[in-house]
Amino acid sequence: AMEDVSAKFVSQKISRTRWRPLPAAALQAPDLFATGSWDNEDNRISIWSAGDLGNAGLNGEYHGEPHLLCDIQHNGDVMDMQFLDQERIVVASSTGTVTIFRHHQNNHTLSASHRWEKAHYHVNQDTSCGGAACTGVVCNNPEIVTVGEDGRINLFRADQKDAVRTIDNADSSTLHAVTFLRTTEILTVNSIGQLKIWDLRQQRNEPSQIFSLAGDRVPLHCVDRHPNQQHIVATGGQDGMLSIWDIRQGTMPVSLLNAHEAEMWEVHFHPSDPDHLFTCSEDGSLWHWDTSTNVSEKPSFLHQGGRSTAYLSHSTINQSVVSAWLSNDPTKDRMEITNLIPNQTLSVNSLDVLGPCLVYGTDAEAIYVNRQLFA
Amino acid sequence: TPLMDTVPPQVVPGADPSARQLCFAWGPAEVLVCETLFDRAGGSRSRCLSWSPSPSRLWGEGRAGTAARALTGSVAGTGEGAPSFSRVFVVRRDQDIYIQTLRKLFNESHGIFMGLQRSEEELAGRSRKAQLVQVSKNYRSVIRACMEDMHQAAVSTRDPALQGQYSTQVSILSAMELIWNLCEILFVEAAAAGPLLLRLLDWVRLHVCDVDSMVQEVLSSESPSKHKLFWNVVDVFVLQGRMDEARHLLSKEASANPISMNMYKILDDLMKKMPVPNHGNTQTLTELELKWQHWHEECQRYLQDGTFASNPHMESICKILLGDEDAILEKKELMTTWYHFLVTRLLYSHPTVKPLELRFYAQSSMDLFLGGESSPEPLDMILMAAFEFEMHQVIKECSIVLSNWWFVAHLTDLLDHCKLLQSHNLYFGSNMREFLLLEYASGLFSHHSLWQLGVDYFDHCPEYGRVYLELHIERIPLSTEQKALKVLRICEQRQMHEQVRSICKIMAMKALRNNRLGSALSWSIRAKDAAFATLISDRFLKDYCERGCFSDLDLIDNLGPSMLLSDRLTFLGKYREFHRLYGEKRFPEAARLLLTLMTAHIAPCSFWMTLLTDALPLLEQKEVIFSAEQTYELMRCLEDLTAGNPDKQKFQDDDVETTKVEMLRLALARNLARVIVKEGTVEGS
Repeated sequence: AMEDVSAKFVSQKISRTRWRPLPAAALQAPDLFATGSWDNEDNRISIWSAGDLGNAGLNGEYHGEPHLLCDIQHNGDVMDMQFLDQERIVVASSTGTVTIFRHHQNNHTLSASHRWEKAHYHVNQDTSCGGAACTGVVCNNPEIVTVGEDGRINLFRADQKDAVRTIDNADSSTLHAVTFLRTTEILTVNSIGQLKIWDLRQQRNEPSQIFSLAGDRVPLHCVDRHPNQQHIVATGGQDGMLSIWDIRQGTMPVSLLNAHEAEMWEVHFHPSDPDHLFTCSEDGSLWHWDTSTNVSEKPSFLHQGGRSTAYLSHSTINQSVVSAWLSNDPTKDRMEITNLIPNQTLSVNSLDVLGPCLVYGTDAEAIYVNRQLFA
Repeated sequence: TPLMDTVPPQVVPGADPSARQLCFAWGPAEVLVCETLFDRAGGSRSRCLSWSPSPSRLWGEGRAGTAARALTGSVAGTGEGAPSFSRVFVVRRDQDIYIQTLRKLFNESHGIFMGLQRSEEELAGRSRKAQLVQVSKNYRSVIRACMEDMHQAAVSTRDPALQGQYSTQVSILSAMELIWNLCEILFVEAAAAGPLLLRLLDWVRLHVCDVDSMVQEVLSSESPSKHKLFWNVVDVFVLQGRMDEARHLLSKEASANPISMNMYKILDDLMKKMPVPNHGNTQTLTELELKWQHWHEECQRYLQDGTFASNPHMESICKILLGDEDAILEKKELMTTWYHFLVTRLLYSHPTVKPLELRFYAQSSMDLFLGGESSPEPLDMILMAAFEFEMHQVIKECSIVLSNWWFVAHLTDLLDHCKLLQSHNLYFGSNMREFLLLEYASGLFSHHSLWQLGVDYFDHCPEYGRVYLELHIERIPLSTEQKALKVLRICEQRQMHEQVRSICKIMAMKALRNNRLGSALSWSIRAKDAAFATLISDRFLKDYCERGCFSDLDLIDNLGPSMLLSDRLTFLGKYREFHRLYGEKRFPEAARLLLTLMTAHIAPCSFWMTLLTDALPLLEQKEVIFSAEQTYELMRCLEDLTAGNPDKQKFQDDDVETTKVEMLRLALARNLARVIVKEGTVEGS
């Protein structure tokens, strides 16, 4: 419900929001998150406290808006951002630079601890060399993979000065996002509707597999992998379409689901409850996709602003254990989808989910925290 | 070149119009001002400043926006002149846009504005009014929230200059809220006689906070009645019509003074009995007036028979209750403003004042209060105009006094939704609402980051919004592809084809300059720009001819339906398909495709030689691939190429080319011989 959401206007357009990861086996809810801004003369990385957790109200609701703990200037737009561990954040810049910032938790300050200048760059016709936007970053401590508008893939190690590996011209179009498939394999999406798997152990500079959208090559902007079933991958495209892929079979998506009306900027499976998926878009909406409801037990209804779901499946293969995401029998398994922001007009650029908590940021210069997602 | 980023609206510091002529170049949200070579007498030739159509885009992405534009201007202005003339000033029309803390105001009010535009016009009278009043209150709560933030900032900063700035902002915001609130009561809610007074009382209580600290001090003291400011606080409560609080305080004093108990009781009783208009419709105005008259006479009686004569404090309160102007004016310090005086005066002498009578009381209250000692300030004039129901005057004065367009644009839009401004058309442009919204949105667009908000405001300007948007959107620097996509989405949603094409072309050009052919191609595919797709395809083919292999295979192999965008792109895709077939040793299919590329004129003539050369290895294969008919066609292609065009004579002089042609002729002849034998054998058997 909307009442559980606290908002704060922060006087900068937010391009990324990320929860600080919780230590293993921690039971408490996440309390700190980081944001990055874009399109400002002076862009910033900021660390926020999610609000006063000690002050649970009478009905158990939380009060207090997020408050700023510390921030630091960042050169260029923040294009992407990932926590490397509990203290370090890796930030991708529109200048092509990749920076590791350290959050000193005892005195709440931020400092740049390492920087790869122009990790992404263009070589112009006059052979001068200019930075190219780094569009995506993913971490698996100590490894860091970045992709960019230059179609380049970089593999860094947090403790090494130079790139461990660089694949120049890995893609002839812009790479928009990257994620780990397994420890040695990564997934990338690009601006001509392709999903590619790269095996970093192999020395050849070519993807081990290419998947692609049929028909118009609609650009893909974001990608996430199912946390438990690694063959299930979700991507979001320029037309707002959510595609679910089964990378064990075929070269096309298993299903295409339509809810957003413009670019889908981020897609995230819930890390511990992957029946739930969250997407946000340029059209100002944030959809919660829920496959946990069984239609036979409970009549499916659509919440405010909800629209019917569309299934366009391309293959029907019998599987003994079918994940709800791969099932394509709309009568049996129904997806319940809810728009968590009914009246927003400007883009929701980023979201992150952890435990019962959701954080998202917008071009309307506001950050929102919902701490009772499943209430 | 000195750059003045923000300067007061009237004076450009450093520019001296008395010494030199100034010239201006008008941009959409800024003015460039520079000194010219004209002397005062005139005569000399002028050099012109030019406002380049989209300089920030043409001059790269260094410092986007204003600075880049200003530098461009200064370059234009200094090209040929003496160094002393090289000053260019940037004058912005909306200063407040650049105040960091106010961004909250702009963003949050944008949401309210959009809600108002979407709101149901069909709602019936009363619920529509309730809706509009709610919108007005939402706007005010945003102003107040901003004020609080600004106040916090002022308190927490150590820099005195900054502190001064914040404090100024707090007082500006506070004045804005004061004006808005009054407009809400008088225009949006249009409170009728009776409730009108209650609203005005709330208004005064909310905004006259100078006395709050005094009240707090007295109330929190150990024994309030002993405090030296005790009677002041009682007076404040009475002047603001806060009867319950006044009586509560008085009761403390009474219990400490058993001798004058009776006097207190009488005053308490009078205060308790004072008739006030109520919110519900349980009593008519006539009933109220009757009760009022009765109560008034009772007060009069007590005053005349000297009941309070022994206590000047209580006597003066009784006089106030009777609406005695002199008695009220004596408390000038406690009211601090003439509009407080006005409302107190109304409360105790004209509680059923009608909206249109306000102007008379307002004018005389101001005159009495200021008493010729000081002249009214702009804020006084604005409030006076509101009391006079001169809405246009209010907006005009606010436009002049305030350093932002936010206030007048949003207030005017709200009043327009209340259907209060329809009759008023300006002699320029469209109506006032649209004019002010355009000004505000143009200011937003001049900001490096707030431009996105401006789009929605332009959308709700039916007459010129579209044109403004078209002009402004072209000036947004496209620093990253992501930003370009956002701008593109705005244009696509509004069918701004021209701008869509131009954005894609700019991005495609950039990609091309960076040797990113794949990206360049996808931008031109998005814009359906066939000419540019052809250009890029030619680059691909040129690269192929030079290097002998294709770059960006991942793209070319996946062109899909977009291949049909331009003939050259189709050829590129098909030619690549030929190479794939050849690579997979599917020679007959490869041969057929190669021939079709020429005979169906898919391949550009300039490329035929390459295609024919590609046919060579096929002709040399062990088994015969080209049929007799196909061989004849290949021969015709070769002859067309070599003989058809007299210009080609030169190219025949080229030794390498001559050898190539001869080799081809030989290979074709041999293939023909082999195929005649083969076909003859097959048919003969």
